[in-house]
Amino acid sequence: MNELLPQNQIDAFRAKAAAIAHPHELIVDALRAVQSHYGWVPDAGVDLVATLLGVLPVEVEEVATFYDKIFRRPVGKRVIHLCDSICCWANGGEAIAAHLQTALGIGFGETTTDGVFTLLPTCCLGACGDAPAMMVGLTTHGRLTAEKIDTILAGYRAEVVK
Amino acid sequence: MSGYPQVLFKNRRPGTTAFLAEYEAGGGYQGLRRALTMTPQQVRELVKASNLRGRGGAGFPTGVKWSFFPEEPGEKYLLANGDEMEPGTYKDHQLLLADPHQLVEGMAIAAFAMQIPQGYVFLRYAYEECARNVEQAIAEAEAKGYLGRNILGSDFAFELHVHRSAGRYILGEETALINGLEGRRPNPRSKPPFPAQSGLFGKPTNVNNIETFANIPHILNHGAEWYQGLSRTPEGAGTMLVGLSGHLNRTECVELPMGIPLREVVEQIGGGVRGGRKFKACLPGGASTPFLTAGQLDTPLDHVHLEKSGSRLGTAGVTVFDDATCMVAATLNLARFFARESCGWCTPCRDGLQVIVWLLEEIEGGRGHAEQLAMLHDQVKNISGRSFCALAEGAMGPVGALLERFGDELEDHVKRGHCPLR
Ligand SMILES: Cc1cc2nc3c(=O)[nH]c(=O)nc-3n(C[C@H](O)[C@H](O)[C@H](O)COP(=O)(O)O)c2cc1C
Ligand code: SF4
Ligand code: FES
Repeated sequence: MNELLPQNQIDAFRAKAAAIAHPHELIVDALRAVQSHYGWVPDAGVDLVATLLGVLPVEVEEVATFYDKIFRRPVGKRVIHLCDSICCWANGGEAIAAHLQTALGIGFGETTTDGVFTLLPTCCLGACGDAPAMMVGLTTHGRLTAEKIDTILAGYRAEVVK
Repeated sequence: MSGYPQVLFKNRRPGTTAFLAEYEAGGGYQGLRRALTMTPQQVRELVKASNLRGRGGAGFPTGVKWSFFPEEPGEKYLLANGDEMEPGTYKDHQLLLADPHQLVEGMAIAAFAMQIPQGYVFLRYAYEECARNVEQAIAEAEAKGYLGRNILGSDFAFELHVHRSAGRYILGEETALINGLEGRRPNPRSKPPFPAQSGLFGKPTNVNNIETFANIPHILNHGAEWYQGLSRTPEGAGTMLVGLSGHLNRTECVELPMGIPLREVVEQIGGGVRGGRKFKACLPGGASTPFLTAGQLDTPLDHVHLEKSGSRLGTAGVTVFDDATCMVAATLNLARFFARESCGWCTPCRDGLQVIVWLLEEIEGGRGHAEQLAMLHDQVKNISGRSFCALAEGAMGPVGALLERFGDELEDHVKRGHCPLR
């Protein structure tokens, strides 16, 4: 039992890497798979991906550290990415950022003490018509207000505690 | 949008996605059928004649790009660019939520025109729903013989895959995207060699934007003349997906004729500026396009007219600012975006953008003097034309326009020692 990735996915990545001409092209997929299973990508996750794909750990690491949606440090169970780009800024994004930080009791780059939420800034989420917007996990929430944020956070909290 | 011809959003319904049955009922895959009765050369000529220009930001004529592509069969790649991380841009998102088969059919036709056997749809991290839609569309198209081997009984074969990315704006730059797909660190590559010579895995590669591909089936179906006629101006061609944002009453993505005047977009489609305020400025085509001012509201939105007005059509994401907006603060927000998304490869961008951010922070914070203003002018000159890729060049778009068009507002900050709008 590997805690980083379920056995069927380990087998699948190994088989696919052996079958294709350029196994490097699976690095991002494999990193995302580890992250989706384990929550983030520890050093052992980088090593595992390298072993499965038959590439060097440094080749995995230089990819992993480039992308802002690959987490190389522990994060909470739900990662909140709040957009701070121009359309969200023009629609009260700074006040929304302040409210989120107060509601969670943390600053950007931090995780709540109960380990439920990590708060991160992000560039435009492609939801500019529904600004201000944030993404929780892979779900985007737009037209945010302080009240709406409170409801959304309560929903995720209940989901995690369950 | 009543009154405006709907081509790309013909099948768009709130809250649902049009899949194969609906797409076929509306004439879907007739363009591919048509293409397969032609020679690849004829398809390229038709696209060239349509005057379609790329919707990914640079506005390069699509048919011209395709005509440079090596025609000999072999290992070659077709890539759809769905990175879409330029702030103010969300049209490809809306297109793939509404009607994803247009992309699949457009890519199949493009693949035939350039005799390419393999394709990838590159999608940003935040577009998981789009990724699922495209995967479903691909599966449906394969089952119907629109993709795979012997497409529609011909000897043409084309296979299509989806790649899910993991963040960072620079992946939208086509050579960084290629590195991203290869699983290399996605800094841009030097050009030449251009992707058409040496791209993905060192093989000839053609990259187009999602919306660019989506136009192709319609051009095959209705012809080049019809396509050009969709535009309000002879300089433009076709329709475009315009993403409205900022201080407008209505901030939606709408399909509008190329060449429509900015005023009509702001006042009629966008319902005017919110709260009865006045229009101060807008980004006409995403975060890298120079600001337009209220005096330029009559500019037709097409590539040629916007270039004449000192800006660019870019991705046609129109972000409007009302008269309570501080343009220094708005530009600072944009500069911070570009500085954070800099891939760090070259010094003018990695270090230069940080200096721009610092100077704008000083001026906006009331700590700026004539010296900082002069440095800002110098920095823009230092960066322009000196960066490895177009990211830093794009970052200079709004900063240059701030200097040129809102110079009085900058000076006001310096004179008063605080932001005049706060
Ligand atoms: C920093 C940067 C980001 C870009 N982002 C995108 C993008 O998200 N989508 C896109 O289609 N093109 C983007 N481009 C333009 C692409 O490099 C390329 O020109 C385009 O995909 C070509 O397609 P088109 O001719 O159909 O527009 C970007 C360019 C730069 C320099
Ligand atoms: S201009 Fe910026 S994004 Fe482009 S290569 Fe240089 S550092 Fe990277
Ligand atoms: S600017 Fe926030 S979603 Fe685009």
